[in-house]
Amino acid sequence: MRHEVRFSGFGGQGIILSAVILGRAAVMYDGNYAVQTQVYGPEARGGASMSAVIIDDEPILYPKVTDPDIFVIMSQEGYEKYGVHAKENAMMVLDSSLVHSRPACRYIEIPATREAKQTLGRDIVANIIMLGALVKVTRVVREEAIEKAILDSVPKGTESLNLKAMKLGFELAEKGKIQ
Amino acid sequence: MQGNTACAEGALAAGCRFFGGYPITPSTEVAEHMAAKLPRVGGVFIQMEDEIAGIASVIGASWTGARAMTATSGPGFSLMMENIGFAVMTETPCVLVNIQRGGPSTGQPTMSAQADMLQCRFGSHGDYSIIALSPASVQEMFELTVDAFNLADRFRVPVFLMADEIIGHMRERIEIPDSVPREERKILPKGTPPFRADEGMIPGFPQFGKGYGVHVTGLTHDERGYPCATSPSLHEDLVKRLVAKVESARHEIADYRVTNPEAEVVFITYGSPARTVEQVLHDHPDERIGHLRFRVVWPFPEKALDKFPDAKVFLVPEQNLGQIAREIERHTCIPVVPLPRFGGALHTPAELEKAVEAWR
Repeated sequence: MRHEVRFSGFGGQGIILSAVILGRAAVMYDGNYAVQTQVYGPEARGGASMSAVIIDDEPILYPKVTDPDIFVIMSQEGYEKYGVHAKENAMMVLDSSLVHSRPACRYIEIPATREAKQTLGRDIVANIIMLGALVKVTRVVREEAIEKAILDSVPKGTESLNLKAMKLGFELAEKGKIQ
Repeated sequence: MQGNTACAEGALAAGCRFFGGYPITPSTEVAEHMAAKLPRVGGVFIQMEDEIAGIASVIGASWTGARAMTATSGPGFSLMMENIGFAVMTETPCVLVNIQRGGPSTGQPTMSAQADMLQCRFGSHGDYSIIALSPASVQEMFELTVDAFNLADRFRVPVFLMADEIIGHMRERIEIPDSVPREERKILPKGTPPFRADEGMIPGFPQFGKGYGVHVTGLTHDERGYPCATSPSLHEDLVKRLVAKVESARHEIADYRVTNPEAEVVFITYGSPARTVEQVLHDHPDERIGHLRFRVVWPFPEKALDKFPDAKVFLVPEQNLGQIAREIERHTCIPVVPLPRFGGALHTPAELEKAVEAWR
């Protein structure tokens, strides 16, 4: 079954890395196929950033996302540019500390940036909190798979911080309500 | 793995031990990966002052016997044109990777295009011929880079890996083989003039440091390599050989994939638009829709068109205004319809379905 996941936020949040980690989890640890692509301008840092992953159990032909069924949105500009047209049965994971709008589709509020700062002391791991929440809500990859893929991808010395962030994402998703 | 990384891995597997170039989006990851990996395998990475020097260093490295490459995109590719002609004239094996972005000029640095397909064939001055490959997946970024090195050494020509930003930057599943096929350069027998070509039209290569004295010049030269730039017949023979050694082997170099040979409406693609066509055929299995996908674009393998004897039309989606469609037109009597899509976007399956409907 084909899933199209779109990540959006501002440059520097780790929007592209999030997609790389998710694709890696699907391919290396769930044995599925995945294609990761991205859109970014020369202004990347600070500007709207978007990346996407397609996950399927059969080989992926057309590599671009056309109609995502899953969104991870981490900035208001990212929402306006890449999230506002989400189809009705899509699922959106919102960083409610940065996104003010709410979509017409199903969504869950995850205050990832606030929690990253207050609970973990580092807002840099907000994207990993979002990844944890995404996996808990959508099951698009297994929890063990995302954990291994995170450990593969983060800088040495930050493993436990990132795992804490992932677990915090799981918890926030469990506590949160799908609207 | 990312396409650009797969290209670098393919180069390393093929035994490439020299990279000279200048980073440019969207090709930079090729250079980054080579910079990280080459020193660990005894190779050399040099970031030169610009792309002109980049290709010059590659030509020099190749003459020492090393498999050598560079990687760039549109603006850097334009700067390389003069020395590409030098590599052609001096019969220097080398691999040039162009991860194509939107042009002209600096254009769209981060967006995909296929608009350098004629430039790679004709961009340097004078008559000549080269080989150009076009990958449509991360797996092919690896495989065709390996092929590029083998073809370069076999034919003693610059070989171009003409990828696009979509394939260069996307990440997908790849399987890396334990070993790859390797074709060695034909060695020049001692005592033979260095540019004397046999029936195969390709001279043997003198081995660096083994006592060969060779004069390498971009001027028209005799078989000893010495300039002789005023003889019409010598120049004609040399240029004809440089073209013929590639063109006469074009059906051997040809590498393409045929789907539904009995089709009446046939897509012809190379690079990322192939993925859209594959999606259309997957979603609407129909033997009346065919697909010819080139992995080698130059020298142009016109006999591939004969694989579709019932074709009524060739539809050619490209990320340019119809560069290869124009070449196809030269070789067929049936209508050739360019389907340009550029500005960075890839043809969607819906767009190509509509194009098929228009010819039903």
